[in-house]
Amino acid sequence: MELDAIDRALINRLQDGLPLTSRPFAAVAAEPAMAEFGLDEDMVIGRVAALREAGVLSRFGPLYNAERMGGGLSLAAMAVPAERLDAVAALVNAFPEVAHNYARDHALSLWFVLATETPERVAEVAAAIEARTGLAVRLFPKLAEYALDLRFEA
Amino acid sequence: MTDPAPDTVAADPVTLDAVDRRLVVETQAGLPLVPRPYAALAARLGIAEEEVIARFGRMLRAGIVRRIAAVPNHYRLGYAANGMSVWEVPETVIDEAGRLLAALPFVTHCYRRPAHPPDWPYTLFAMVHARDRAEVEARIGAMAGLLDGRSRSHAVLYSTRILKKTGLRLSA
Repeated sequence: MELDAIDRALINRLQDGLPLTSRPFAAVAAEPAMAEFGLDEDMVIGRVAALREAGVLSRFGPLYNAERMGGGLSLAAMAVPAERLDAVAALVNAFPEVAHNYARDHALSLWFVLATETPERVAEVAAAIEARTGLAVRLFPKLAEYALDLRFEA
Repeated sequence: MTDPAPDTVAADPVTLDAVDRRLVVETQAGLPLVPRPYAALAARLGIAEEEVIARFGRMLRAGIVRRIAAVPNHYRLGYAANGMSVWEVPETVIDEAGRLLAALPFVTHCYRRPAHPPDWPYTLFAMVHARDRAEVEARIGAMAGLLDGRSRSHAVLYSTRILKKTGLRLSA
């Protein structure tokens, strides 16, 4: 999907958040910064739907903070021999608590996020992954947050 | 002295009641793309639109919802390289170093995490997204300059493959 100037403006604008009102898409269409595009409510909705459908937006909606909901969250890493990477990744990904999983070019080659219903479950799931794979899981919980600003210029 | 304290994770979690949890479950795949999305959710739950809006307002203020927004697939926007930069920063200057890196526009996440001695001395993690590796490298160089000796060593771990990416899961 080729993005035009309106798509780019909408992606940039909508990363900052929708106003919490009954008709948020109409409110965005009416914002002064959007005026040059001559959008109306239906056009905003149609473009967002197309961007989601095409996978340009991986998500559109409330962005939840698992920790504030009482859950557990931790980055975790494993040193996996290259020849076992796919097999170990499949074992790790089978755990529903594994949210993201990336291969990285380092001795610690598998990096994933554990998101659990309770904080105690993080260590339990890590131990279960160790038992399944025979490899150590190192936990890197967040001790302080200086920035979380997942905005990208489109 | 006037620097804001980092957002530590010590804050008490906020309790969700059964209706909040249903709203979370109903929006895990996203917000309905209709003119009145909160009215659509309200109809599914059998409550008033105003109540849905009020509940999201409360969850936003409590930090349970960071915002109601679009999340682009950064690869689709041309950000093909993502480097996790990790820095060995002594405890005495780590908050200062964290705030310096967090202020950079190309740093999307910046966290303090535990070291795992002896082979993992790094405690400050900053994710850098860019169009290609050369641009990531240039940015890492700028970060090292900005830290100006506060970091003893650093490394950059590039992602070579995404093996799984799902959102938050919450059972109903």
